[in-house]
Amino acid sequence: MRAHRRLRRTRASANLRGMIRTAIVLLTLLVLAVAPAQTQEKQRDGLTIGITQFPSTFNPMIDSMLAKSYILAMARRPFVTFDRDWKLVCLLCETLPTVENGGAQVVTFDTGELKGKQGLRITWRIREGAKWGDGRPVTVDDVVFAWRVGRHPQSGVAGREPFLRTVAIERIDERTFVQVLDKLRYDYNQLVPDPMPAHLETDAFREPKEYRQRTAYDRDPANPGLYYGPYRISRIVSGSHVELVPNETWWGEPPSFKRIVVRVIGNTAALEANLRAGGIDYAAGELGLSLDQATALQRRAANRYRFIFKAGLIYEHIDFNLDNPILKDRRVRRALAYGMDRKRMSAQLFRGLQPVADTNISPLDQVASKEVTTYPFDPKKAAALLDSAGWKRRGDGWRYNAKGERLSLSLMTTSGHRVREQVMEILQAYWRRIGIDIRLKTQPARVYFGRTVTQRQFPAMAMYAWISAPESNPRGTLHSSEIPTAKNNWSGQNFPGFRSPEMDRLIEQLEVTLKLKDRLPIWRRIQQIYAEELPVLPLYFRANPYVIPRWLAGIRPTGHQFSTTLWVEDWRAGADAKQR
Amino acid sequence: MSAFLIRRLIQSLAVIAIMSFLVYALIGLMPGDPIDIMIASDPKLTPDDAARLRALYGLDLPIGERYWNWLTAALGGDLGFSRTHSRPVLQVMGPHLERTLLLMGISFVLSAAIAIPLGVWAAARPYSLHDYAINLFSFAGRSAPPFWLALILIFVFAVWLGWFPAGGLETIGKGGFWDRLQYLVLPVLSLTLLNVAGFTRFVRAETMAVMRQDFIRTARAKGVSERGVLTGHALRNAMIPIVTIIALDFGTLFSGALITETVFAYPGMGKMIYDSILANDFNLALVGLLFATFVTLAANIGADVAYAVLDPRIALT
Repeated sequence: MRAHRRLRRTRASANLRGMIRTAIVLLTLLVLAVAPAQTQEKQRDGLTIGITQFPSTFNPMIDSMLAKSYILAMARRPFVTFDRDWKLVCLLCETLPTVENGGAQVVTFDTGELKGKQGLRITWRIREGAKWGDGRPVTVDDVVFAWRVGRHPQSGVAGREPFLRTVAIERIDERTFVQVLDKLRYDYNQLVPDPMPAHLETDAFREPKEYRQRTAYDRDPANPGLYYGPYRISRIVSGSHVELVPNETWWGEPPSFKRIVVRVIGNTAALEANLRAGGIDYAAGELGLSLDQATALQRRAANRYRFIFKAGLIYEHIDFNLDNPILKDRRVRRALAYGMDRKRMSAQLFRGLQPVADTNISPLDQVASKEVTTYPFDPKKAAALLDSAGWKRRGDGWRYNAKGERLSLSLMTTSGHRVREQVMEILQAYWRRIGIDIRLKTQPARVYFGRTVTQRQFPAMAMYAWISAPESNPRGTLHSSEIPTAKNNWSGQNFPGFRSPEMDRLIEQLEVTLKLKDRLPIWRRIQQIYAEELPVLPLYFRANPYVIPRWLAGIRPTGHQFSTTLWVEDWRAGADAKQR
Repeated sequence: MSAFLIRRLIQSLAVIAIMSFLVYALIGLMPGDPIDIMIASDPKLTPDDAARLRALYGLDLPIGERYWNWLTAALGGDLGFSRTHSRPVLQVMGPHLERTLLLMGISFVLSAAIAIPLGVWAAARPYSLHDYAINLFSFAGRSAPPFWLALILIFVFAVWLGWFPAGGLETIGKGGFWDRLQYLVLPVLSLTLLNVAGFTRFVRAETMAVMRQDFIRTARAKGVSERGVLTGHALRNAMIPIVTIIALDFGTLFSGALITETVFAYPGMGKMIYDSILANDFNLALVGLLFATFVTLAANIGADVAYAVLDPRIALT
């Protein structure tokens, strides 16, 4: 009986085993059937770029996203940009208008609301041969249309300031116009509206409130008439990838690749895996691997890729809350600066690839000054400053004031940001050595940037990064009128609450100084005040890692916010490709 | 039966109505809004710009009023416009849903097809070498973080062996059934391994519990074959809790697998819902989550009906 039962069990097990075996065989066959295609040799007439973000819209004027700028830089060309040497240059215009060359002229308005005020008349000429992808020439009408869209409060354009500053566009001929600015601004030749295809977009703009939902850039993004760069978008698969093909009407040097695909892989570990598996050819430095990943990959695959680490305009720093009674004292702020070894931190954490910041101005910027106070690691100086500020060290190692209160400060940052959390812990250790008790606190980015920083709710110190631009106007972050308060509905970005009449005056003077040589001393003084007063503790400038296959040449990282893709026609492939 | 279905349908509609408000309120009450996100990426935005954009997107209205506006429009058939995709919500959701259904559907069917025989096999020979091996696999599968497993699969099958693409939807410029299938292999494998591990343990436990029942002994005493005992008696009775688990998991067929979709760069519903929540894309997040809720509720009703089919003692009234 027992043997019979065992036999029945064995039969049942055998049947199940048979089913599983069949399933395994079927799966194996499926694997073998679909596998070989992957071993095919990669064609070099196309390029697949990996980035980590998908644009929310392809309309150049609505919303502001790095991913969109990156892709559209291949399909459009702005009038002006900062080149790879951080010099302002023309891309769509023929000559850069400046006060020095007479292309821009100071005028005094004699009629209307602006009567008696000074402004600027800037003459622009569109490059000959500039055409939309459908063959229509790029004209002044397209610039005027873009200006109208940009000015309209309901069009959905994010930053209206440049459009509002332009009070008129006077048409001279089909390619020439005069832009009239309502006031003097040193960045006068960076405010020109880039053209939008009036022949395709005018209908969508008839009802301005509906424009962002009707724009052809999102309804018909493969329409060649929307683009005038070396490439045009030929297909978009939402959330997955964007395909670009050469634009037949491009007037410049013909691009090398017959197709460029920008693939979006939101996770950087997966991005790296795709790079190594050949799913992408190149991880864009602007929106790609983390520095850690890139340096680790460099050790493993230096023969396959060139690695460029370009420090730029992302400025990591710690905002002091200057309403905090302890941090009001400049000596304490300076002690904190002397009490940390940023050079060593950069060397240990970032292999020295992220340069230590002395101020908020990148050393690559033409207005950066070296004549500023610096804070090399000097714990003795830090201790002396704290002593003089009344914070004396006791037997337990901490510092106390005359009232017996311990010198204790909180340091906050975003949670889940591994590098920042690491930096926090290192700073805590450094500052403990000089007797300062640091309490660490992290918050999700939404809470941190949605309320804590923007409403100045951090009690003492907040670590984060600013994204800047070459010769960026410091008004928003340093002018006393920009301190967020409940009264002004938390507007402004002077989160430390920095007030300096001299700084206010310098910023106001800077804004209306048109010649660079006249601005340089003002910039120098601004940086000196920044470094002396230390409303913010500078840490370092973040570096973007560009992981470029050895067969790809022509990519030259800029370090500023304008993408490398603005020069995509220089990119070349092939064994003989040489870096230009 | 029909009275039961009508009652459950009404209950489900009430749940969806409550969920719609809760989800809307939760997203709305999170600190920060889409304009804060815009300001973070464009420091040139002025306070005036921020105020204007908030008014334009209706973010300056109280949360209750915003919800009411959405609800009245939705009842009129307008589910709104996705801010992060610049297209109507349904247009955005359609392709994501199709992809998720394909990915999760294949994985779901494969998981059930592998896990049920595997669990029954383990239960038929408890504490044997096979059983230990299956248990080990199940524990390992349950313990493996989906993110880690997905990356391991990519490194083995895409980086080292080069058999399959590391992620994406299709070979750009190629496409076609076989091509798309290649891109599905690794994400499906990743999800299936995790699901099989979970289902197998459950099937094994339920089948073993049933195998100890008196009626199994009776069936064997009547001379029913061991295969008959397993499939006709044990499995059928074990299926009731198994169906419950499957029904509860059914909602994920439509709501996607966030981690797997993220790692394999597969634009499905999970990633879409997650991104829309982070970006404060109210309309898209809300519709995506409500759709997942609806499917889960429908699957539960389906499970109730399945109970009645599987067990004649259960009557739906």
